[in-house]
This record gives sequence, C-alpha cells and structure tokens, in this order.
Amino acid sequence: MIWSKPSSLLLLPRNIDRLWQPLLAGMAVLCAVLLLLIVAFLLKEAIPALHDGGWRSFFNDQSWYPLENMFGLLPMLWASLAIVSLALLLAAPLGLANALFVRFYAPSFLVTPYRLMLALLAGMPSVVYGLWGLTVIVPIIAAYHQPGTSVLAASLVLALMILPTVALTCLAALEAVPSSLHAGAAALGMSKQGLLLGVIVPAARYGIGAGMVLATARALGETMVVLMVAGNVVQTPHSIFDPVRALTANIALEMGYATDLHRAGLFTSGLILTLLVLVLAWFAARTMHKYQYA
Amino acid sequence: MPERMFTLLIWGAALLVTGALLWLLADTVLQGVAHLSWAFIVDAPEHAGRDGGIGPILVSTLCILGVALLVSLPLGLGAAIWLAEFSRQGGFLGQIIRLSLDVLAGVPSIVYGLFGNAFFSLFLGFGFSILSGGLTLACMIIPVFIRSCEAGLSAIDHGWRHGALALGMSRSTAVWYILLPAAAPAIIAGLMLGIGRATAETAALIFTSGYVDRMPESWMDSGRALAVHIYDLSMNVTGGNAAAYASALVLVTLIVLLNVLAQAMTDRWVKRRIFSA
Repeated sequence: MIWSKPSSLLLLPRNIDRLWQPLLAGMAVLCAVLLLLIVAFLLKEAIPALHDGGWRSFFNDQSWYPLENMFGLLPMLWASLAIVSLALLLAAPLGLANALFVRFYAPSFLVTPYRLMLALLAGMPSVVYGLWGLTVIVPIIAAYHQPGTSVLAASLVLALMILPTVALTCLAALEAVPSSLHAGAAALGMSKQGLLLGVIVPAARYGIGAGMVLATARALGETMVVLMVAGNVVQTPHSIFDPVRALTANIALEMGYATDLHRAGLFTSGLILTLLVLVLAWFAARTMHKYQYA
Repeated sequence: MPERMFTLLIWGAALLVTGALLWLLADTVLQGVAHLSWAFIVDAPEHAGRDGGIGPILVSTLCILGVALLVSLPLGLGAAIWLAEFSRQGGFLGQIIRLSLDVLAGVPSIVYGLFGNAFFSLFLGFGFSILSGGLTLACMIIPVFIRSCEAGLSAIDHGWRHGALALGMSRSTAVWYILLPAAAPAIIAGLMLGIGRATAETAALIFTSGYVDRMPESWMDSGRALAVHIYDLSMNVTGGNAAAYASALVLVTLIVLLNVLAQAMTDRWVKRRIFSA
C-alpha cells in the first residue's frame, strides 16, 4: 500500500498541490521565456547592422566582404537553398521508398535490424557525416571535377544524413494508416502496387509531409556538414561542382574573430536563418491543417 | 508500371541506402579501430591532436553534458508535468507555452550558439567555459525533452487519474507514484533524444565552450568537446584524419553507451516506484 511510506516531507498527502503547482508553473513559464530571451539577444546584437536602413545592404551589397563593410547575404542564401533542395530531392523519394520497404517488402527477420540501423544512423553526430564526406565523397568528386568540395558533395552527404530521419517519420506515418484500408483494398482485389500508391501513401500524406518539412528545416539549419564539405567560397552557385559557402557555415567560420559591425552582420544572418526555418514550419503546418478539413 | 518493376525499385532503393549507410558505418569503425588504443582514450593530445589522445577532451565533453542534463532534466520534467497535469485544458498560458516550445524546437543549433555566446558568455560573464556550453546545450534540448514527456503523460488513460482521485490522492502524489512511472518510456525516449543531441552538437559549442584542449580544472574553464575536436582535426590539422576517425568512433560509442545507461537507470527507477512501498 502506497500510503504506508510517506518517503519525504514534500509528499505529505495534505495540500501539497498548493506547494507544487506554482513551482511547476514557474518552470514552464521559464522555459517559454527562453524564446523571448533568444529573440531579444539576437536583436540586441544585430541592431548596429540593422538601424538607419542598414538592413538593405544585406540584400543590395554585391557580396560578403566584411572587412570592407559589405554584407551581401544573397550569394550564401542561394548556396544554402541550392544545397538543401538538391539534398531533399535525393532524400525524399529514397526515404519514402525505404519506409515502404520496411513496412511492406522486407522479410520479417530483416525488419528489426533495419529499424535499428536507421535509428543508430539518425543519432549519428553530423560532424561524423562531415568527416566521412570530407575523406570519402570529396576525393571521389575531385577525381571528376576539381576541387571536389562543392554543392554536389554537400547535398549528397546532407541527403544521407537526413535519410534515416525521413525514413523513420514516413514509416511512423505509414504505420498509422488504419488496417481497414488494407482490408478494403484487398477485398477489391487491388495489386500491391495499387494498394501502396493508390491507398496507403495518399492516406498517410499528412504525416509524410510533416516528416519532409522537419527534414528540410533540419537540413537548412545544419552547420557541420556544409561547413566541412561545401568548400566555403562565397559565391552564387552556377553549377553543382562550384564550391560555395552556406549561411550557417559563414557564422561558424567568422564568429571567432568578428567584432563590431561584422559581428552584428553575423547575428543578422542568424536571425534571417531562424526566420526562414520558422516561416517554412508555419507554412507547412497551415497547409496541412487546411487540407485536413477539405 | 508493371508490378515487378515497382518491387524492384523499392528493393533497389533499400539496397542503395543500406549500402551507403553501411559504407559510412564501416569506414568509421574500421578506420577508428585502426588508431584506437587505451592510451588514446586517456592521454592528453599532442601536436594539435595528431598524436597523443583525447583524455581531457573526453572529460570536458562529459562535464558539458553533465551541466546540460543537470539543468534541463528537472526544469523540463517540471514544465512537462505542469503542462500535462496542472494547466487548464485549452488555457491561454498553456497554449502560449506550447507554441513557444514548438518554435524553440525549430531554431537551428548554430543560432543557439550565437545566443549562448551573447547571453551566457558575454552578458552573464561566464566567458568561454564548460558552464556556458552546458547551459547553451540545456536550452537546446529542453523543448524536445518537454514535448516528449508531455506526450507520454497525456497518453495515459484517464482511468488512472480517476482511480488516484478516488483513493484520495493529491494530484502531486498521483503524478509521483502513478503517472510518472507510467510515462517512463516516453521520458526515457526524450532523455535519449536530449543526450544524443547534446553529445553530438558541434556548432553551438565552438563559441560557447571554446577550443582549449587542456584538462579542465573548474566549470569556468574552457573545454573542447569531442565533436569540436573531430571538426578541428579534419578541417584545421593536416594529417589529423586518423585521430579524427578514432575520436568519431569514441563519440558514437559514447552516445550508444549513454543511451543504454539511461534506459537501465530509468528501468530501476520505475521498479522502485511501483514495487517498493
């Protein structure tokens, strides 16, 4: 019987809710205030670069020459977007195919080890993916096209990095499809391909979409892989073999020595990055919400 | 598209992905083992990490992780309990807090690094230190941890709460003796996610806990995390790849070990809660 052992004074049965409730509420509010703190401090540090219409220079200046006070972010923004879209183009279909494989095609003795492998690789540190990309993928690309560190290398490694996450979220979405749909399709005599493409995948589309958006946001905010294998040359990419510098990599490279206006410029690029990720997430949540009730 | 073609495509995709992932895994393990030894794990690094080992770096990594967990676990669990058990259904404050947590979970890690540098290192004057790094990581894992714990608590059948109420338990007692043990699997999952993220994090630590690779003497000392060490070896040190792979292997093993440990500890805790009295 639980009551026989009141193990601590705080857990005496009378009126302890009155003690705990405000304490716990305080903790919850503290966690939420963190967001305000982050926005406030990013803004505080970015203000020197933003006031007096200084924000226009982020889009009007030709390129990023911090020593000459030129802070054009567009080349790095294009680089980031190019890397992420190419990575997603690779990872999305492959991830979905892998989820379908685990759910409907894999022989039963393979399912558990396969899931374990995906979970292990989803938890691998991104710096390990970067290290592997730098020592394995980059030399292979360099053999065809110098210098090797490029949009292509970054997209390939990034795609591999988000693949386990994409596959696992797609798998969760597929498993949430009610079994009555399987039964109905079987009763109609549908082929397996027709069942998957015509019934199961459409039924799981919200979950799959949410997984893709999650992966995109993660790829856009990813720093280490693009820092290590993209080449870090500030330029607008014109081919997939161009070495480029992504927004996140730029922050990591220059924070160490940046001062004054330069530092403010880096904080501004951090703000823009956050905004980009949040708009993406908001947009996806809104569209999915709309379709759910259509 | 004929049926057989589709089957072939799915199998092809699975083989391609498995191949690539096993290639990465095999490279990490084989190249890592080649350079790994007991001396590598305990010795201090020499010649910028080309020789020697990772002893002090391993200590710094664990200290940073310790600070992060010490702050985020009680805070996150408390917040989750309030959100799931005490806040009013659909209440304004609860909604605002949930929304902020969702936003926080989407903020890129490098931005947490910027914030940690501006707030913990400069504004609070902690400098480049284990404390700054740990607190920055705590901020990063709190939203994920809370949402996981809250989901676990909300998934518990309402009958359990009614039963506790009928026995005359206060809500706090019901949370401690019944709801938390019942939500333990979700709490471990959140904990593992947090440990994994914190141990793997590089970008947020470069300019909060710093680069110094000596043995830390206090939590105000700068300490280089293992992930930062791997980055430094592969990018800034020529001939550092062998040591980088060995460090990567240690890092991955560390993450797996910590996950097993978290699982075992939570199992013991659940057993004690349910069966001791």
